[in-house]
Amino acid sequence: MKLNRNPQLNKNGELIHLLSTEGLSKDILTHILDTAANFVSVSDREVKKVPLLRGKSVFNLFFENSTRTRTTFEIAATRLSADVINLDIARSSASKGESLLDTIANLSAMAADIFVVRHSESGAPYLIAQHVAPHVHVVNAGDGRHAHPTQGLLDAYTIRHFKGNFANLTVAIVGDVLHSRVARSNIHALTTLGCAEVRVVGPRTLVPSDMAAMGVRVCHDLKEGISGADVVMTLRLQNERMSGALLPSSQEFAKSFGLTRERLQWAKPDAIVMHPGPVNRGVEIDSSVVDGPQSVVLNQVTFGIAVRMAVMSIVAGHSA
Amino acid sequence: MKLLIQGGRVIDPASGRDEVCDVAVAAGRIIAIKPGLGQPGSGFEPSRTIDATGCVVAPGLVDLAVRLREPGQEHAGMLESEMAAAVAGGVTSLVCPPDTDPVLDEPGLVDMLKYRAEKLHQGRVFPLGALTRGLQGEVLTEMVELTEAGCIGFGQAEVPIVNTQVLQRALQYAGTFGYTVWLRPQDAWLGKGVAASGPLATRMGLSGIPVAAELIALHTIFELVRSTRARVHLCRLSSAAGIELVRQAKAEGLPVTCDVSVHNLHLIDVDLGYFDSRTRLSPPLRQQRDREALRAALADGTIDALVSDHTPVDDDAKALPFAEAEVGATAVELLLSLGAHWAQADGVGLSRALATLTCGPAGVLGSSLGTLSASAGRLVEGGAADVCIFKADAWWTPRGEQLSSQGKHSPFLGHELPATVTHTLVGGQLVFERAAVPTGAVC
Repeated sequence: MKLNRNPQLNKNGELIHLLSTEGLSKDILTHILDTAANFVSVSDREVKKVPLLRGKSVFNLFFENSTRTRTTFEIAATRLSADVINLDIARSSASKGESLLDTIANLSAMAADIFVVRHSESGAPYLIAQHVAPHVHVVNAGDGRHAHPTQGLLDAYTIRHFKGNFANLTVAIVGDVLHSRVARSNIHALTTLGCAEVRVVGPRTLVPSDMAAMGVRVCHDLKEGISGADVVMTLRLQNERMSGALLPSSQEFAKSFGLTRERLQWAKPDAIVMHPGPVNRGVEIDSSVVDGPQSVVLNQVTFGIAVRMAVMSIVAGHSA
Repeated sequence: MKLLIQGGRVIDPASGRDEVCDVAVAAGRIIAIKPGLGQPGSGFEPSRTIDATGCVVAPGLVDLAVRLREPGQEHAGMLESEMAAAVAGGVTSLVCPPDTDPVLDEPGLVDMLKYRAEKLHQGRVFPLGALTRGLQGEVLTEMVELTEAGCIGFGQAEVPIVNTQVLQRALQYAGTFGYTVWLRPQDAWLGKGVAASGPLATRMGLSGIPVAAELIALHTIFELVRSTRARVHLCRLSSAAGIELVRQAKAEGLPVTCDVSVHNLHLIDVDLGYFDSRTRLSPPLRQQRDREALRAALADGTIDALVSDHTPVDDDAKALPFAEAEVGATAVELLLSLGAHWAQADGVGLSRALATLTCGPAGVLGSSLGTLSASAGRLVEGGAADVCIFKADAWWTPRGEQLSSQGKHSPFLGHELPATVTHTLVGGQLVFERAAVPTGAVC
């Protein structure tokens, strides 16, 4: 009946939390990418730090295990001179029965400034953002299947770095799109930033047809999906989905949708290949492609730190 | 007590009566409905007169889906608070599903519930017994015994029977005695999601419940009704395609009735907003075309009753990520207002809207009401005086703290709604009277 204001923005339209790439304007997304560009060089300096978040506390709250994302957030916060506290909630409070909001209230009492949150349920960071004090910021580090906005932004950054801009680009996202928060965050970011076409590619069990409502082209054939693409993004196929009613086996998935060197030739000759990691070599992507000349997988990791620095410094600069 | 309800607009949808007149109540029954009862010399001397000028005098509402949360879930709602909520909403008769803790599958539990409810002297409680022991879908309950204890039908609440042979036998057995079986049509496997399948659930990354979950269950039920001829009440339809199947089944003459909840009548998946756990409901909120079809079917009588699907949930169970939040919303106090709101918005007329809240649901209950069946959901001379008096044009904005229900979560909080209940009578007793009415004169 009535829609509330986007909880990521304050009443001046400034970013106070990063919960999703959906609903953010092209200006905000571009501002994050431009800010990240300024931070990329920080890692090349002898002193890899800027004092933007000096005296601030960043709490990494991972209700779901992750090594890579948590580490890059930690590095990003450290390079901004923040104090970083890592909490492996999966193994502490939650297992003792403490509720999500009680955990947040307790940590807020420890004077947290930024919560970096990963949770297995879609929407959990929204609940947290609604319950934190006005000066506290929430950055979503992945919630259920819903969003992984810093990954979407670092992917957009990587694409802009290699392709210059988004106009006229065709981006193909291949694999388990249904369960992928990375795919959703990429779709919203890339369609807002002006990509000519975003395609999602995979079997019908993993690529629902109503994805089309998100402004993408739905393909169930790999050749059709990546033909003429400028960017081919493969998604990680989670172990638990490799056999069952979604897919018969990882080998069969690889047979129809795995990215091999031969199949990559369907894309444009200068296409770049991306993957959010960790890679299942030989399943969604062959080693020859991951390690090949068109792969930018390691660049994604490097840019990820700069993008996360940008996000944290921007949200910390605005209040609710 | 002799009571005179004077000068109200008396609407009795069952008889088509809609006129300004008086209602005289004595010894728990309506003894006369006509103008001039308050005049000297009319022969009726009331001990109390309610001035109903500017108000609607309607039959007490009959709500086919109210969770009282007793026994077992008293942290979410107590018999006392939820019965108070019902009469504050003008509901004088309510059906409660068997998914309590323990499940209503033993006559002793039903006896106790009926006894405790009667002691409160508020609305009338009509429990549904469990169709299978523990709602586990395996062993039939002692339906004859449970009926003697006061059950008016048998159901599975939100737990579908997976084994279709058990379902067939349950219908055959219930049908032997003419009992109605209440089923929520949702396939056990396809119904495991947390939001309606569709572009919005996909976008939000929420697992979906497809319309097929409802259609497959409906097809199964209708096929079994064809062979068993058991009477089935379908609880809380959610989809346009589901309604179409019900329409066909009714046209075919199958003994089926159905209801829709206030939530599915007014809200759609877009109302999930930013993962608002108050919209974590079952059945899930579907798309706009589904809502429009439900509204049209309620107007044309394909859907027999509008229900609140009242489910008080405590704060802790709602302060969770969407999928983890407990299903349900408090609604019995909003039932009349949401019915009136639908009537205004769709131009169906107040009398028709009241029919879906009074004689419609009473018809679903039919002869299971026993001696009450002739007067439940109706205003008839000689019948039980269950009456709801309300101001149709008194708009109000529900807020959690003003609700009698222990559950304070509803997606309708903060929405401006028409119709405020001023008085509720059950069996001629004034069980609810509102001290102040938001706008306009107090009746």
